[in-house]
Amino acid sequence: MSNELLNLTCKQLADKIADGSVKSVDATQAVLDRIESLDPEIGAFISTCGERALETARSIDEKIANGEPVGVLAGVPVAVKDNMCTSFGATTCASKILQNFNSPYDGHVIDKLSAAGAVIVGKCNMDEFAMGSSTENSGLKETANPWDTTRVPGGSSGGSTAAVAAKMCFGALGSDTGGSIRQPASFCGVVGLKPTYGRVSRFGLVAYGSSLDQIGPVTRDVTDSALLLNVISGRDERDSTSISKDIAPDRDYLADIDKPVEGLRIGIVPEFNKGADPDVQKAIADAIDVYKELGAEIVEIEMPHFEYAIATYYVIATAEASSNLARYDGVHYGHRTADPKDYVEVYSKSRAEGFGSEVKRRIMLGTFVLSSGYYDAYYLRALKVRNLIRGDFTKAFKKTDCIMMPVSPTTAFKKGEKTADPLQMYLADVYTIAANLAGVPGISIPCGFDSSNLPIGLQILSDVFTEDKLLRIAKMFEAKTDFHTKTPMVIA
Amino acid sequence: MSDLTYEVIVGLEIHVQLKTNTKIFCGCELAFGAEPNTHVCPVCIGMPGVMPVMNKKAYEYSVLAALALNCSIPSFTKWDRKSYYYPDLPKNYQISQYDLPMSENGYIDIPLEEGETKRIRIIRAHLEEDAGKNTHTLGNFSAIDLNRTGTPLLEIVTEPDLSSGAEVRSLAIELQKIVRYIGVSHADMQKGHMRFEPNVNLHITKNGKVYKTPISEIKNLNSFRALERSVNYEVRRQLNDFLETGKTMEMGNKKTFGWDDVNERTVLQREKEEAHDYRYFPEPDLVPVEITDEWLNEIKSRLCELPLQKQRRYTDKYKLSDYDAGVITAEKSTADLFDNAVKAGGTPKRICNLLTQAGAKMANEANCSIAELGLNPESLAKLAKMVDSSEISATASMTIFEEMAKSQKSPETIAQEKNLIQSSDSGQIEAMVDEVLAANQKAVEEITAGGKKSKKAMGFLLGQVMQKSKGQANPKVISEILNKKFS
Repeated sequence: MSNELLNLTCKQLADKIADGSVKSVDATQAVLDRIESLDPEIGAFISTCGERALETARSIDEKIANGEPVGVLAGVPVAVKDNMCTSFGATTCASKILQNFNSPYDGHVIDKLSAAGAVIVGKCNMDEFAMGSSTENSGLKETANPWDTTRVPGGSSGGSTAAVAAKMCFGALGSDTGGSIRQPASFCGVVGLKPTYGRVSRFGLVAYGSSLDQIGPVTRDVTDSALLLNVISGRDERDSTSISKDIAPDRDYLADIDKPVEGLRIGIVPEFNKGADPDVQKAIADAIDVYKELGAEIVEIEMPHFEYAIATYYVIATAEASSNLARYDGVHYGHRTADPKDYVEVYSKSRAEGFGSEVKRRIMLGTFVLSSGYYDAYYLRALKVRNLIRGDFTKAFKKTDCIMMPVSPTTAFKKGEKTADPLQMYLADVYTIAANLAGVPGISIPCGFDSSNLPIGLQILSDVFTEDKLLRIAKMFEAKTDFHTKTPMVIA
Repeated sequence: MSDLTYEVIVGLEIHVQLKTNTKIFCGCELAFGAEPNTHVCPVCIGMPGVMPVMNKKAYEYSVLAALALNCSIPSFTKWDRKSYYYPDLPKNYQISQYDLPMSENGYIDIPLEEGETKRIRIIRAHLEEDAGKNTHTLGNFSAIDLNRTGTPLLEIVTEPDLSSGAEVRSLAIELQKIVRYIGVSHADMQKGHMRFEPNVNLHITKNGKVYKTPISEIKNLNSFRALERSVNYEVRRQLNDFLETGKTMEMGNKKTFGWDDVNERTVLQREKEEAHDYRYFPEPDLVPVEITDEWLNEIKSRLCELPLQKQRRYTDKYKLSDYDAGVITAEKSTADLFDNAVKAGGTPKRICNLLTQAGAKMANEANCSIAELGLNPESLAKLAKMVDSSEISATASMTIFEEMAKSQKSPETIAQEKNLIQSSDSGQIEAMVDEVLAANQKAVEEITAGGKKSKKAMGFLLGQVMQKSKGQANPKVISEILNKKFS
């Protein structure tokens, strides 16, 4: 029985809980049982909060039994990445420096999930401070890809995508700074959406690259993605960069989700595909054929500045990170070194002990590019290139409704395969980073499998504030295919 | 030695705490002297995941101050992060403004001796957040109080246009008046609401050649007195140092000094190794501020007549002395009381006398401002009129003033109760004059004889009549009658 429940989507489960045919407590217990039996192998969760979850579930069931109004996610067990502050449990960012940190407050998305009645079951593993593409940079634990546990789940939201793929929750939230939702979604065969920058408040999201970070849903299908976006999006006065309603009014992303986009024009950059593995190239080409059959027009476009995206990203993101992470100094909270000689040692030793090597590498990079004498050559120039990349998108979206390309040049790689060469790891983000630099929304949807039966993701990007259209385009493909219904062997 | 001259060069970096109700980037109340760490929240102590939200009032206050300092206000301003590690700075960066400050290119006119003023140029004024405070009273540990963290600070940077400790002091006092007038700061030096950091050096001309001494920055000055004296001390120290060592700017880095208030000398704190690299970059968590003409005009409408303008008006239009005008304009509330009393019909000179004599004395005794004595402008005007029309004597007016402050009674009532109404009834007074003349033949003779003693005798007679009237006869009238008697 529990397995059957776990196969439901958020939307299906929410409907059943709302009409009383399923109890939230049962769904929650099923998820907790699944985590208990499966997570030792997968390692998707840094922490779980079973007691609290069951309590929430019981109160939802009670409300429904009493006929009281409940939110759109009432009773649905979900998970969040461990860089989102919760007033319950720890908020670690998968870092030793915050291993025992308890946030005194709930982040905006946590407030929103709670208001919608969602049951938060736990907090997911990630690359430390969201820096990485494989979740191998977690300072606290390893996460395996449910499709092949010798492989990585992708990153940095690898815990969230692995948890959804392995059905240890019905949906999850990740954060995407350079592809950290879309790439692991692609590696784990689930749907990952990075909304427009500013669509979802970052208040309570532990910052990595503030001008790039965006929270988004990780779900089993596109409809759930729309449902979760409905819940978490909208203006928040506590985040000045969250978009005001007069620029981007709140929308009901579910309303027209099944309505195909008429006269769809899809932009492709032919040479982009060539950089990907043959299996990936083929899956993307096949996916575009599906759209052609649906009547879409394919428009070849140019993105002349795309090739500078990685370099630009690693200047801007690390610059912001070097500043954002300065606060973890052992003085006010988090790890503090034992027996420091003086306050300088409180800083240097606490940070040396608390941060992992990738985080240190990026802090050093960011500090360097902001240093006097280098600022103009690196940071300022990167900001200029960022504008050029934005311009590429603006131009492209004058002629197209969306752009399609792979999410990643490869499918999930073996654990340890790329850890020795950080640059190789950076270069794998080639397809996802530009969207963050330009602030545009992007989605990864399952579009096939490689010869080793590993999932492949199709990336669709659209113009800022057009998530409604983006989701409808994604849904058009999903309605014609069944890749999103496939289940990893490990839980079959 | 004999051909050595020098010029003192001082520029100021000034921090003014704005008196908003809440902090600049969060909703915490501003509180001075509260229990440590009781006015803090996740935002101002820099917890993970928090984001700043600009306090609109802090920005408006800073614009108001910048306008009072004759600065131009760019329509676009942004925030930057200034990075440095210090335990009282929880994020290890300060949100400040770097290349696009909210105001620039202004000036402040400061009063010098004898009604002269000097214009000091202001390079820029920008808004930033204050840090907390480290305290070292716990033995092996340092304690950190973050109540002050996030207090809005206006940083004002002047050109090095000041040329003495006295000028620095004058600027400080004038600035304090201005920010209090426009209501943006309590500007209490002792409480650290206003902090001055003078940068001092000398341009010494010796044998026709100019030498520039190394710049000293003086920190931790918490009174006008310390400000003036520290600059003067630094001038002497630098001059002596130059004469001893011949060291010039090119040979020494900028040094930071503290002020030892007890021994009245500057104390070397550190020699700047090299320019600090603050790694400024635009604050990604805040959107830039764009000020519309409408918004700017609304803020402009909150400006009031500034102290020096008022002082000029009082000396030019009302012919008050520069000193008196200074006393009345020292605080806006006093100047307002003065202006309102004038508006209610009192003569400016008379009201000025009442305020600067009886008022200043009482305020000094009660340790409050003149306006806080609780006088209303109408009564004050009435009192002035009573003196001017000789209903009461000037001396009596001081007594009535004091009583008015104490009892809130009208000046007429007090004058009646205290029997202070002057008599100008010439018939009555002439009768008393005749009695006095009859009783003081010797004085009468002296006056009639003229010469040296006559003036003194006249004064004596006037005193006698006053005594006879128990002080209530109008001395002017007595004097007229006496003069008539001897003409």
